[in-house]
Amino acid sequence: MPQTNRENGVSPGRIAPADVQANFSDLHPEYDDHEALVAADRCYFCHDAPCMTACPTSIDIPLFIRQIATGTPEAAAKTILDQNILGGMCARVCPTETLCEEVCVREVAEGKPVEIGRLQRYATDTLMAAGKHPFTRADATGKKVAVVGAGPAGLACAHRLAMLGHDVVVFEARVKGGGLNEFGIAAYKTTNDFAQKELDWLLSIGGIEIRYEQALGQSVTLDGLQDDFDAVFLGMGLSAVNALRLEGEDKDNVSPAVDFIADLRQADDLTTLPVGRRVVVIGGGMTAIDAGVQAKLLGAEDVTIVYRRGQEAMAASKFEQDLARQKGVRLICNATPVGIEGNGSLRAVTFAYTETRDGKLVTLDETFTLPADQLFKAIGQKLGDMPDALALDGGKIAVDAAQKTNLAHVWAGGDCASGGDDLTVTAVAEGRDAAMDIHATLTGAS
Amino acid sequence: MADLTSNFLGIKSPNPFWLASAPPTDKEYNVRRAFEAGWGGVVWKTLGAEGPPIVNVNGPRYGAIHGADRRLLGLNNIELITDRPLEVNLEEMTRVKKDYPDRALIASVMVPCEEDEWKRIIPRIAETGCDGFELNFGCPHGMAERGMGSAVGQVPEYIEMVTRWCKEATDLPVIVKLTPNITSILNPAQAAKDGGADAVSLINTINSITNVDLDLMAPEPTIDGKGTHGGYCGPAVKPIALNMVAEIARNPGTHGLPISGIGGVTTWRDAAEFMALGAGNVQVCTAAMTYGFKVVQEMISGLSQWMDEKGYTSIDEVVGRAVPNVTDWQYLNLNHVTKARIDQEACIKCGRCYAACEDTSHQAISMSDDRVFDVKDDECVACNLCVNVCPVEGCITMETIAPGAVDERTGKVVEKEYANWTTHPNNPTATAAE
Repeated sequence: MPQTNRENGVSPGRIAPADVQANFSDLHPEYDDHEALVAADRCYFCHDAPCMTACPTSIDIPLFIRQIATGTPEAAAKTILDQNILGGMCARVCPTETLCEEVCVREVAEGKPVEIGRLQRYATDTLMAAGKHPFTRADATGKKVAVVGAGPAGLACAHRLAMLGHDVVVFEARVKGGGLNEFGIAAYKTTNDFAQKELDWLLSIGGIEIRYEQALGQSVTLDGLQDDFDAVFLGMGLSAVNALRLEGEDKDNVSPAVDFIADLRQADDLTTLPVGRRVVVIGGGMTAIDAGVQAKLLGAEDVTIVYRRGQEAMAASKFEQDLARQKGVRLICNATPVGIEGNGSLRAVTFAYTETRDGKLVTLDETFTLPADQLFKAIGQKLGDMPDALALDGGKIAVDAAQKTNLAHVWAGGDCASGGDDLTVTAVAEGRDAAMDIHATLTGAS
Repeated sequence: MADLTSNFLGIKSPNPFWLASAPPTDKEYNVRRAFEAGWGGVVWKTLGAEGPPIVNVNGPRYGAIHGADRRLLGLNNIELITDRPLEVNLEEMTRVKKDYPDRALIASVMVPCEEDEWKRIIPRIAETGCDGFELNFGCPHGMAERGMGSAVGQVPEYIEMVTRWCKEATDLPVIVKLTPNITSILNPAQAAKDGGADAVSLINTINSITNVDLDLMAPEPTIDGKGTHGGYCGPAVKPIALNMVAEIARNPGTHGLPISGIGGVTTWRDAAEFMALGAGNVQVCTAAMTYGFKVVQEMISGLSQWMDEKGYTSIDEVVGRAVPNVTDWQYLNLNHVTKARIDQEACIKCGRCYAACEDTSHQAISMSDDRVFDVKDDECVACNLCVNVCPVEGCITMETIAPGAVDERTGKVVEKEYANWTTHPNNPTATAAE
């Protein structure tokens, strides 16, 4: 893609609008009917299938693939959604290469797994395109549950509770629902406003009210929710960003990667979104990759992701790392930032090499400097301020196996809660499981 | 390099691959293309009596069964015999034979079951220069309703009678094409032989309904809301055809009667299998209809390579080679004991063998927590189901237990001597072993 704008600093329109559009098209295009049948036929219908065990939501993958193969993708979708109501989004964003597809026997045998994610998308898209919602609500229980956060955990919890007959009010801090599905995932993974469409589809079960711009600790308090509702589920995610703790972090064009990703997702026109000519991303997770790759796709001339430990320690999967390299992003490992340079605006970032000695990261004397117009910090997020009464574990809300917190009638799940990976699919599983425990508690079944 | 030249009933062709009487051989245009592509011979699409031409339906004529990726596994048709005037076909056959003297050209014939009809048309067709005749006693649809095709093939007396008429009407070789829509293939084959047939060809198509349109609630192919049974062919019918060929080849009364093998021949290997069971050559239709005439080139190169590898120098060395090994169940060696063996290196841990054995067989495969699958010799009856359902070729095999070793399932020492059901103590009609 030819560079049209080599201006230093941060500015929009670095490449032609058509190139931007092409760059942000679907990473994994949807299957047509025949492709889906051919892909489905590769499934061996394994006994006690490893893929199913690897799925945090335990979707019966061999069954749904067989349902696709026999021409009933709607039934396949029901199989998926029974376990994971956000199966449509998970089909797009799950790191399948480290979950179901990693353990697919055909991956083990041939290095070419059944494309479970794309098949799941085919099934769920087929059902959603038909405008069908395959779940109905049970008789009303008269119980009211508050859900904090309209992200994957909150929505999964709310849907399951509504299905079981409870009335649900979701308190969402932002102006839109979806959580990281809406604000936090690379645009090429979920195109065509899918997060909002899925949200609308999910809500069509009824019995769920979402109240926007209602942040916990501001418009609503946990005490108040406990008073007004029979149960509370906390699924507000991680609202704060870790700092580099370096001088110069307040310079212009130094910002959290999550903000850049959210801006990108919310932009009506990507060609008007400014990006640096030379971009540096600090971090080694999915957020770092999503920010780096998207900066490159927007037209940044030079993008470098710098991670302080070795490549093997990167949280981003091999697939994501390869994707970044394939898009022209440079990955530097074993280097940590030691200086942010520039006069008002960012000009360069200086790094020191690192080494791991006896499991401890040691910063070496040797340094190098990368010229940079824009710096994204992607070194992790953390929980926002929580009520003192809520017990924490490792910086997250402590929960037991049933997602219960230390407070009576308060459950939590998703990224804000302890346990599990910070993945959409894990959040869905936790929200769903919390709903089942809330239901059991409210109906006296346990 | 192996000699693929075929001499079937004295009819010579450069290879044993003939196109069967069917749509691919209905016209001069198609047949010329077939010969250019390398086919050794063709059986021209069945000719009928002179008079108003046959009428075909104007809706779909074919139905199909598909495997993965729409691989065509079975095809059925309701097309009748040639619907072109007899004279046109005869002229075209004459021209083609003249231009391709080294290829076999056989005339397939089907006329009403009357002596003068057959005796009038046979000499007339012979004037084309054709190399022989094939009597179509096989087609199970349409023409059978009019007392022809399989309606004749299902009555051995008619087969014998018509065959005799034709033999009286010509000196050229007469092949009788048999229908599989009968209880035993031996009776029609014997009748053909008794009537003086030079050979039989089989199988013709099998009566079938391939699919039901669940919206129309009508069988496919559907003509204006209705459907009828058609003739089934293609890879799916090969096992049925192989058995019928083998039955004729090993039956004392019909052993030695030349056979032209038909039924799902798709690759060189299929052809070799038919020939091993006694077919002197093979006829192909569905493979050509699916992939075009070019497929014969793979059949030729594959058969040639395999024969070279095995040291066979001519087709005759292959024909009938497996026939002595086709026997009755009662003669199978009950002292031959095998056990399934799973190659753990090749195993991809899908667990299909376990599910198949545990749910539907003898609970003879164990599964560990880390998905290692092992055969329990004390339960394994060597049914072979695990071998068949395993997606990895060669991963599960059957190991023969050496005589002297103990079969853990029965606790008995495996005996060296051959022993079958006829002498087994559990057999009430057992004859005492000598």
